[in-house]
Amino acid sequence: MSATAAPVPTTAEVAQTPERRDDLALIADLVAEGSRVIDIGCGDGSLMSLLESRRGVDARGIELSQPGVNECVRRGLSVIQGDADRDLVHYPDGAFDYAILSQTIQATENPKLVLAELLRIGRRVVVSFPNFGHWSVRFSLFFKGRMPVTRNLSYAWYDTPNIHFCTIRDFVELTREVGAEVESAIALNAAGERMGMRMPWWFWNLFGQQAVFVLKR
Amino acid sequence: MSIIADPVTGENLGIREARQPSSKVAYFGEDEPLRLDAGRTLSPFHIAYETYGELNAAKSNAIYVCHALTGDQYAASRSPVTGKEGWWSTLIGPGKPIDTNRFFVVCSNVIGSCMGSTGPATIDLSTGLPYALDLPVLTIPDMVRAQAMLIDRLGIDQLFAVIGGSMGGMQCLQWTVAYPGRVFAALPIATGARHSSQNIAFHEVGRQAVMADPDWRGGHYLQYGTRPHKGLAVARMAAHVTYLSEAALHRKFGRNLQDREKLGFGFEADFQIESYLRHQGMTFVDRFDANAYLYLTRAMDYFDIAAEHGGRLAEAFRGARTRFCLVSFSSDWLFPTSESRSIVHALNANAASVSFVEIETDRGHDAFLLEEPEFFGAVQGFVSSAAKARGLQP
Repeated sequence: MSATAAPVPTTAEVAQTPERRDDLALIADLVAEGSRVIDIGCGDGSLMSLLESRRGVDARGIELSQPGVNECVRRGLSVIQGDADRDLVHYPDGAFDYAILSQTIQATENPKLVLAELLRIGRRVVVSFPNFGHWSVRFSLFFKGRMPVTRNLSYAWYDTPNIHFCTIRDFVELTREVGAEVESAIALNAAGERMGMRMPWWFWNLFGQQAVFVLKR
Repeated sequence: MSIIADPVTGENLGIREARQPSSKVAYFGEDEPLRLDAGRTLSPFHIAYETYGELNAAKSNAIYVCHALTGDQYAASRSPVTGKEGWWSTLIGPGKPIDTNRFFVVCSNVIGSCMGSTGPATIDLSTGLPYALDLPVLTIPDMVRAQAMLIDRLGIDQLFAVIGGSMGGMQCLQWTVAYPGRVFAALPIATGARHSSQNIAFHEVGRQAVMADPDWRGGHYLQYGTRPHKGLAVARMAAHVTYLSEAALHRKFGRNLQDREKLGFGFEADFQIESYLRHQGMTFVDRFDANAYLYLTRAMDYFDIAAEHGGRLAEAFRGARTRFCLVSFSSDWLFPTSESRSIVHALNANAASVSFVEIETDRGHDAFLLEEPEFFGAVQGFVSSAAKARGLQP
């Protein structure tokens, strides 16, 4: 986690894609005014800044990359350099109103454990992730026989921080396994627009490019 | 040897500053004794300090700056002994990361040191002689207790922030543990919640060098008019190496020879690094008192916040309301990043407000005294966001 770390793209870099900003605004709308929030993999602190300015929350962050942490601290945000797979254990039960995992779950070593830890330390857990079940991903693999590289999945297979992709259906299955209740779920299409709430899961799974879930214990 | 002396009287400036400091001094009489961890009290005693900027009407903008082992109260002003700029004058001043246009900065000389606060060179009124080793052994909590008495004297109830590096960082942590309600924000830099056994080992080497010098005279050298210069210089040389890093030493000196074309086949300073260290040792003995070096290294060695709380660091920070920002430097092997990280974990266990940043640099432990843009950015960001949270006007 220091000078010797592999030169993987940082979450701070991920944060610069325009698609990412769509899910940030959406998450900011989901979080209650004045609550206590922890953002895991907070990158350069864009979401935390948004939450603090728009929702007046008390935000904390964990970020693996040094440039991300430095930027956050420089911006006056409460951020520690750390790793979701290892550092969540140090937080007490129910320490936060919301634990947020925005575009980070696919980069964790053990998504199930991380999710379980988040459900322990946060009363609600917000998870957003790129949907690997989107038709463009399926199209790429099925017709081209290549690992997909899209705007949301912008890394080549040999050079990616993302090690555990999942589809919306896979994620729903994971929430069952860790005993979480899905309080609400939103899918965003390729244009970053919210998709109809009444659509069935299979439709979301095929046409949702990103998903945002709000879970509780 | 070049002793810094008064041009008129020839008196040693270091000793004069120890007894009659040029800075402000707060005196505490028999009625205000300092309670010590050693089970004794110190009375009377005094603390030498400097202030920068103005205290606001609400007395809510005070920042206590804690100095490192061989530092002093002249954080942002010229040292009366060396004539050099303050040791943190790059960080503290008008418009600087610790902006004296906004904040009232207090920096005191720790008790046990030799720049005007009560220490081993101070005259013991009961004997008329310097305390030397008759001064009780002091601890970091003792130093901080004295600092709290100083801010009481200044009429400050709550400090906006406590900031310090290395031994100053230890004081910073101690402040938050001993007086949780009196510290709004804390910035412990390049420090640890305890002194590691490796660090104690280096300090012991230094102390033994001082005590092995025949001029030390069992600690009574001031009385005999001698000074253990050689021992103290060796102590400083050993310590100085621990403040640097292999990479920085290599970059700066490599195996370059000093003022010569080839090896001298003797024990003169052939290499630049040797000459550099000798210079560091020599200039240090001119400004620092050997016994003070013994007391302060001992205080650092004894420091262990967790020990007072059943060995559990998280217990020490229970209910912490202070906003923390910890900073470490990647090449610091005296207080490596893991030391800061364990403090961060203990604070997390209390869901405290904490930021932590490791600054990438090859300059070792000393980096906290040098101009590191990333470090300055972190200090400025943290201080200004804490000021906003405290409701201090920009």
